[in-house]
Amino acid sequence: MNHLPLILKREYLTKVRNKSFIIMTFLSPIIFIALIAFVAYLTQLNNDKVRVISVLDESETVQNVFKNTEHTTYNILQGVSLEDAKALVLETEGTGLLHIHQLENKTIDSQHITFYSEEAPSLSLISEIENKVEKRLTNIKLQENGVDVEMINNSKVKITIAQESFEGEKTSKVDSVIKLIFGGAAGYLLFMFIIIYGNMIMRSVIEEKTSRIIEVIISSVKPMQLMLGKILGTSLAGITQVVIWIIFGGILTMVASLVFGVDMAEMQSPQQQAMQQAMENPEVNSQVQNIANAFYHLPLTNLIIAFILFFIGGYLFYSSLYAAIGAAVDNETDTQQFMMPIIMPLILAVYIGFFTVIEDPHGTVSTVFSFIPLTSPVVMLMRIPFGVPIWQQILSLVILIATFIATVWFASKIYRVGILMYGKKPTYKELIKWIKY
Amino acid sequence: MSNLLEVNKVSKHFGDFRALNDVSVSVPEGSIFGLLGPNGAGKTTLIRIVNQITMPDKGTVHLGGELLNQHHIKDIGYLPEERGLYKSMKVGEQALYLAQLKGLSKAEAKKRLNYWFERLEIGDWWNKKIQELSKGMAQKIQFVVTVLHQPKLLIFDEPFSGFDPINANLIKDEILRLREEGATVIFSTHRMESVEELCDDIALINKSNKILDGKLVDIKRAYKSNTFEVGIRAEDKEKLRLELNDKFNVSRAQFKTLDDELKLNIKLDKEDKPNDLLNYLTSRGEVSHFVELIPSVNDIFIQTVKNN
Repeated sequence: MNHLPLILKREYLTKVRNKSFIIMTFLSPIIFIALIAFVAYLTQLNNDKVRVISVLDESETVQNVFKNTEHTTYNILQGVSLEDAKALVLETEGTGLLHIHQLENKTIDSQHITFYSEEAPSLSLISEIENKVEKRLTNIKLQENGVDVEMINNSKVKITIAQESFEGEKTSKVDSVIKLIFGGAAGYLLFMFIIIYGNMIMRSVIEEKTSRIIEVIISSVKPMQLMLGKILGTSLAGITQVVIWIIFGGILTMVASLVFGVDMAEMQSPQQQAMQQAMENPEVNSQVQNIANAFYHLPLTNLIIAFILFFIGGYLFYSSLYAAIGAAVDNETDTQQFMMPIIMPLILAVYIGFFTVIEDPHGTVSTVFSFIPLTSPVVMLMRIPFGVPIWQQILSLVILIATFIATVWFASKIYRVGILMYGKKPTYKELIKWIKY
Repeated sequence: MSNLLEVNKVSKHFGDFRALNDVSVSVPEGSIFGLLGPNGAGKTTLIRIVNQITMPDKGTVHLGGELLNQHHIKDIGYLPEERGLYKSMKVGEQALYLAQLKGLSKAEAKKRLNYWFERLEIGDWWNKKIQELSKGMAQKIQFVVTVLHQPKLLIFDEPFSGFDPINANLIKDEILRLREEGATVIFSTHRMESVEELCDDIALINKSNKILDGKLVDIKRAYKSNTFEVGIRAEDKEKLRLELNDKFNVSRAQFKTLDDELKLNIKLDKEDKPNDLLNYLTSRGEVSHFVELIPSVNDIFIQTVKNN
């Protein structure tokens, strides 16, 4: 008798109707969006504040480079002593005072420039000022040495190397970044999915043991069917949750940006502004073109198919391990000793993905780990955007599926024996014995 | 009557541990069969083999003349000793689910559940969660779920644990009624009085071996020692005791009566007739008590297990 649909349906409905599941499904996006909105709000608050910096330039050679901007106002002081200037800044609650000493017949260097402030200024402010002063002083020095600054500026050359594969496929640096984002997102998504819903499967197996219903169930269905039903039912619940998160999150984002007038996209304001400024620049227009091209260059069909296959393969593989752990122990606190060997390869896979694959997507390390079944789903998903030969993908997938079948067999052995064992925390040695039963 | 269940020379090992050793058991159709044995004897393993939860290493199991297979799941109703229900699931939903696992259609399961819930007067529990019910209430649900698919063979492992006397009686009556309707029942229990009351046949398993089986009456007949419990009123009790002591094999008896009479156990030889003893006794005094001592299942259980 095939009870799989029945078991699957029950698992799914139980998960979906569970109160904490419902709460998490709707609360998570709210919390997430609220957090982002809050951070965005704080950033804006910070940006809205105008810094007032007083400049006391006794040499009167540098002060002209300080031009007011949206966030910073420069207050050029003249004919006051340093002490008076300090008192003035304190009185007007200005951000700080930049003081440049007057020195006769001597060029200005670091020793002559001091920034006074009540609180330590931000790094970005100091480097901004340093930049301005540096540029001005360099120009002065160049002129003193009889060099034409105009000439130097005109002689500057900017280079972007065009990349092309032997097959004539054009790529660029932007391509690599886009590939990385795609691969990274896919790999990370799988990682999160395994951890969240693998745990859910494990808990559901443990629940059957602690409520002692398992023997009743197992006299009607085969352990293998029960296990598969649990894995599939929980996965569907997981997919439901993720889909709701995406839809609900999208709606919330829209509502939030309408209500608070916070443009979520403007969160990274400094970078964003740089981008906007750059947009007017024809040079950067080609950059945008590059991004579009990068999308176009992505092996999208391959990516989507591989994502689905490796996601399913990797997820099922890990969930059967989680189910076996659930069967082996009596309660959740006992799961710790068995969790380590599962979590470690997963974390390793993500690290390899983010460090090695980025550096060298087709190097030995990346290639080897994209074949080892414990790490292959994550690592391979991260590699694929960089173009992995089809035979490698197929080989890796075959290895993964073969291991999955072996794991299910192994897990169902542990499951079959473990679900009827009570009261004792098993050791690894005992687990091996169970497989032989 | 033919046998519904035939367990033939079944052995089962768990690693180095031998759970069952060449055990054969026959359960006649329509009988109530007591599967007895001390803790850890192998009863549960045997029951799990019949339920196809574990596979035997050696030996065969036949149900209704057929080698045990997947289709027999719907023919067996099993109430394990370690039992429970999904705590956060509603009673009705859960019962429907378990019934469907046993092969009933949803509509049929619902119909039968309505019948049973009405019968046990638990109809208003349908939408309650198991965690809201008391243990005894949950046990009732569990019982209904076990018998709902009208299996040929019912296996109860300690069915009365967790029930108060009233509900235990209710369940007992239901079991007897199911037997009348044609079901065969296997009982695994330590409560000897319910074995005494219900079982037609028993098998005794000890340390992985079957050490005794057969019809309960036959076993009792084999175990009885031709001993009679006697109460007799006489003027000089001490004199009568000495007299009987000379003539018969006498031992002290323990039973309660209203008067202070002479109480004795008298063991007869095989060829002696009880009537001759009774006639002799009536000539010596007024007989108030004369009962043949039939060993209880409890006595047989303890005696056999100890001798084994």
